[in-house]
Amino acid sequence: MSEPIIHTEHLSRSFDAVKAIDDLSLEIPAGIVFGFLGPNGAGKTTTIHLLLGLLEPTRGQARVLGFDTRTQSDAIHARCGALLEFSGLYERMSAEDNLDLYGRINLMPAANRKARIKELLTHFDLWERRKELVGKWSRGMKQKLAVARTLIHRPPLIFLDEPTAGFDPQAAAALHNDLASLVEREGVTVFLNTHNLVEAEKLCARVGVIRQGKLLAVGSPDELRGSKGTPQAEIIGTGFNEQILTLLRAMPEVALAELQNGHLLINLHGESKIGPLVSLIVESGGQVEEIRRDKASLEEVFLTLMEEDKR
Amino acid sequence: MSDLWTMIWKESKDLLFQGGWRAFIRPGIVIGMMGIVLPLQMRADWFTFSPIEITLVIFISFFFILNFIGDAIAGEHERHTLETLLASRISDRAILLGKVIVTVGYAWIMVIVSMLLGALVLNVTNRTGSWTFYTPFGLLIYVFILSLLTSLLVANGGVLISLHSPTVRQAQQTLILCTLVFGVVVGLGLNAMAASLFLVLSNNQILLLILAVLATIDAILLGIALASFKRSRLILS
Repeated sequence: MSEPIIHTEHLSRSFDAVKAIDDLSLEIPAGIVFGFLGPNGAGKTTTIHLLLGLLEPTRGQARVLGFDTRTQSDAIHARCGALLEFSGLYERMSAEDNLDLYGRINLMPAANRKARIKELLTHFDLWERRKELVGKWSRGMKQKLAVARTLIHRPPLIFLDEPTAGFDPQAAAALHNDLASLVEREGVTVFLNTHNLVEAEKLCARVGVIRQGKLLAVGSPDELRGSKGTPQAEIIGTGFNEQILTLLRAMPEVALAELQNGHLLINLHGESKIGPLVSLIVESGGQVEEIRRDKASLEEVFLTLMEEDKR
Repeated sequence: MSDLWTMIWKESKDLLFQGGWRAFIRPGIVIGMMGIVLPLQMRADWFTFSPIEITLVIFISFFFILNFIGDAIAGEHERHTLETLLASRISDRAILLGKVIVTVGYAWIMVIVSMLLGALVLNVTNRTGSWTFYTPFGLLIYVFILSLLTSLLVANGGVLISLHSPTVRQAQQTLILCTLVFGVVVGLGLNAMAASLFLVLSNNQILLLILAVLATIDAILLGIALASFKRSRLILS
């Protein structure tokens, strides 16, 4: 098995008495989009700073692309792209010059820079506006340009810190599509900080959930839904009444039973079977027309993890 | 070296030539005043370096550097562009030196252009037909070096102040205040020492002494600025 592109062991960082990152151990394989989920102030941005070697850990260690973040941060900077909390674009410079700057910083020859800038701006549909000063652009366009900037030197790994924060759904969806197709085409690994669960569900092959600096869970969205989510059943039919609800609530496998718009919603414990519950409903006078079973959404998993950690 | 050129390219684009032709208004006004209006007012006296002329030449450096150095350092903090730059492979030293070189170079070129334009304007408008130039010529070189060293002094001081200022405005205000205090202290000091200095040193020796003192202060301040401009410290600030 190949070496993980990011590997951390007991990584910790404190600011005075506050533990921003607490004992983070993580392995991220190459070639995937890894989503780092957490509420504001969870430690997501500090993690990126640590992985880029911009901050030194107070304890533990991290290797990125095989390089130690504490002693080889120059090598990491040369091989990674980063879109941090702010876009970091020079608003008094044109879009083309912004990309050209980072091409020069990464020692790309002039001809390669020119071709790469055209390729990226065309992909993000910004080529026609390349001469405009970035300060006049919308937030969505700026973020697209900032993502393009992270990819200018074809790095194997990029860090994106909440790239769609503050976007309207349409702009966010557009950036997701652009990003997904680019990631697939370039084979780049993405470390994506987000608190947007739709974004994580759409883009990420694996996610880690963090709260107050502690890693609560890590796995694929499906794995997390399977381990933490509550399976649900929605039963469509007629004749559902309070008596049926009372009977259902008394069953050990039922976590919650309620009526919503005439439909019966049941949350189950673990991987319980729905068959005995349907029989109970029918025996009690209910008429079942359709049964829909669904795993919990990533949002429910996330909220469950947050609640469990609070306790 | 290529990192330094990259930063010089970037600062030239970002700081100096922002906003197209409007970028030329401010230097155009200063060069117009210093290279045309004042020489025409002072006529032949312009070539003999009166104290007011030397003061004005140094003022040009101050004017441009006060405007630019705060924007170059505190401005990057304020606009949140520094963090991304620090996450790239470019060295801390190249970032800082690029900013200082462009700011000082710009101010210095303004001084040189103004002085040479002044000489050209006076000769073109002089109807006697003979060509004249700054005398003594060595003093012109001295003024250029003095202007360069004072520019470096303000730039290095500006870097240190900007590193501790969250906004461009605050950096500029602090820098103006520090410049005023420094100017008054130096003025009073020179005044107190002048009589005794003139007794033991020739004019040339005094001029060289001033350059040596300035160069030493510049070197010390630049050393402190380079030591202060570190990624880990800048990220935490």
